[in-house]
Amino acid sequence: MHAAPKGVLTGVHFLDGDHACCEGTLAAGARFAAGYPITPSTEVVERFAWRIPTVGGIFIQMEDELAASIAIQGAVWGGAKAFTVTSGPGFSLMMEHIGYAAITETPCVFVNVQRGGPSTGLPTLPAQADMMQAKWGSHGDYSIIALCPNSPQECFDLTVTGFNLAEEFRVPVMMMLDECVGHMTEKVVIPESDQIAITPRRFTHKSPEDFRLFEPMEDLVPDMVKAGDGYKFHVTGLTHDERGYPSMNVETQDRLVRRMQDKLKPFANGRALFEAVNLDDAEVVVVSYGITSRVAQRATQLARAQGIRAGIFRIISAWPFPEQHIRELAGRAKAFVFPELNLGQMVHEVERCAAGRARIISVPHAGGSVHKPEVILKAIQEAAR
Amino acid sequence: MSEALLDIPLNSTNPVEPFLRMDRMPHIWCPACGIGTTVNCFARALESSRLNLNKVAVVSGIGCTGRVAGYANLDSFHTTHGRAIPFATGLKLSNPELQVVVYSGDGDLFAIGGNHFIHAARRNMDIKVICVNNLTYAMTGGQTGPATPTEVISATSPYGVFEPSFNLVQMAEAAGASYVARWTTYHVKQLSRSMEEVLHKKGFCFIEVLSPCPTLYQRRNKMGDGLDAMKFYKQVSKTRNGAPTSECALTRAGEIVVGKFVDRDRPDYLELLKHQMTASLGDRYADPEVTTCSEG
Repeated sequence: MHAAPKGVLTGVHFLDGDHACCEGTLAAGARFAAGYPITPSTEVVERFAWRIPTVGGIFIQMEDELAASIAIQGAVWGGAKAFTVTSGPGFSLMMEHIGYAAITETPCVFVNVQRGGPSTGLPTLPAQADMMQAKWGSHGDYSIIALCPNSPQECFDLTVTGFNLAEEFRVPVMMMLDECVGHMTEKVVIPESDQIAITPRRFTHKSPEDFRLFEPMEDLVPDMVKAGDGYKFHVTGLTHDERGYPSMNVETQDRLVRRMQDKLKPFANGRALFEAVNLDDAEVVVVSYGITSRVAQRATQLARAQGIRAGIFRIISAWPFPEQHIRELAGRAKAFVFPELNLGQMVHEVERCAAGRARIISVPHAGGSVHKPEVILKAIQEAAR
Repeated sequence: MSEALLDIPLNSTNPVEPFLRMDRMPHIWCPACGIGTTVNCFARALESSRLNLNKVAVVSGIGCTGRVAGYANLDSFHTTHGRAIPFATGLKLSNPELQVVVYSGDGDLFAIGGNHFIHAARRNMDIKVICVNNLTYAMTGGQTGPATPTEVISATSPYGVFEPSFNLVQMAEAAGASYVARWTTYHVKQLSRSMEEVLHKKGFCFIEVLSPCPTLYQRRNKMGDGLDAMKFYKQVSKTRNGAPTSECALTRAGEIVVGKFVDRDRPDYLELLKHQMTASLGDRYADPEVTTCSEG
């Protein structure tokens, strides 16, 4: 289906990434947001608070990030599409509820505009150091989707995608911005609403008598319901059977946890989002995501000008990690160069997938600014030697 | 007997069964635990309230009382520890025609979830909070909680509790609750009536129910079994409707003031929101109640 016209600010705009992300939530059909102020992400909900009263929906500023991250899930079970927005310290507080969204299969979106950490760290400066936290931060085994825009335009586009994926797979989706992308102002083109594809919530057609809350459909994803429709369903964070009832035994745990992982396989195997440039003849593959990809692009151009066959693999969907693509590239490239605004996080995934078949050069940066292109270029030259 | 009860099939053995998930029985609560008594009162309040039960939702946190959601035959949510109130806030705001009841324990609502309690009361969020206060963390083995009176022996206070406890009803009133009452599980009729009352009352409503934990609280404090708890409640409870909540603090063995302490009308969160938006935006304001959230 298409986006509801009311939420779509069709036109050509000059927006920063945070504001473009907000427009993405509205175009995607989000009608509920809960947030707690934190730099450098607050602009997303500030704009939502300004926009939503005329679109029709609710913004509530909660008392902390724990509250915000569970209020959105109450809103989802009430029938809304919902999201929250935060940065590092708030993201840490939200971890428990990412796990709750995972086990209750509550489709929702968490926007994290990353700043330097740990702890209060660098509130106003960029980092990409929450990438592993997005995947592994809550306890237990679970799967999520994480998307990394590198421009305000992508903040809009990928936020719509993120909401759609949340509905399709019933997982929490992480929008992993960084301070630079969040605060960078560029041209953003918002299409007509009938040009924006929206994945509607897949509500069950079964009667309350026949309905089982966690009965997997063919795609391993159960159908949704909302409160108030007579289903009298039960949702719990405990390990549960297909009825949704607590069932704490080895068999139920195994079935549930494996299904939650398996339901994302169709996305991991073939639907990973990425940008590939000059990979056909590349001996050096520069892997990057978010703001770092824009510096890496410059470095790769400089390397090409020097006759080095360098190409770009830009990660857009970071989780599930695009394993197949890295494995395939590892079979034909000499080396990977991977700059990140952290001391080496996603590079471990590349190492895992390359499994020794290609050299891997991590280009770490503790955060606070972006890499200099020359630093990445030096690594590309080293890799090409 | 009311008409609704006459509708119950003859093979039904207990009038509260339609309000419970009988396929989940037996429940996990200990013999003589008071939580089941409160659930019985809640079922009777639902019955007499005449509410459309499709539009009533229960939200619980974690702990013994947190399990109530799992036994209520309603849309029911067993959330995370301390976070029943913010979950309920999102549920209510996205679907305002629901009557949302938060049913949880003293540790869940007032220690780990204490911040959410005072803010929901401040906002006068239209949710009904039922707190089963057994004065301890029972699920985890009887540790000291924010409502445990001084001098009590607990798993984590083997030499006696020395830190002061919260007076829950005073806190609720101070934070802005529209309705505040306290009963014990001895006062089943009064409790049912209070529960029915809040199901028809707008705004943030709070009912505290003193409830025995024979397994982990009474035994450790040589207070006897379930029957002794009833005798104790009967003996020390004093009904004082309208009593100043500041005079209703609980002690280990002293008087338990019960009754309805607060019943006032304040505009609730959604009323305030709509008033403000209409004043600021006029016709441009899109009332969320007429805009379906699942449109896209």
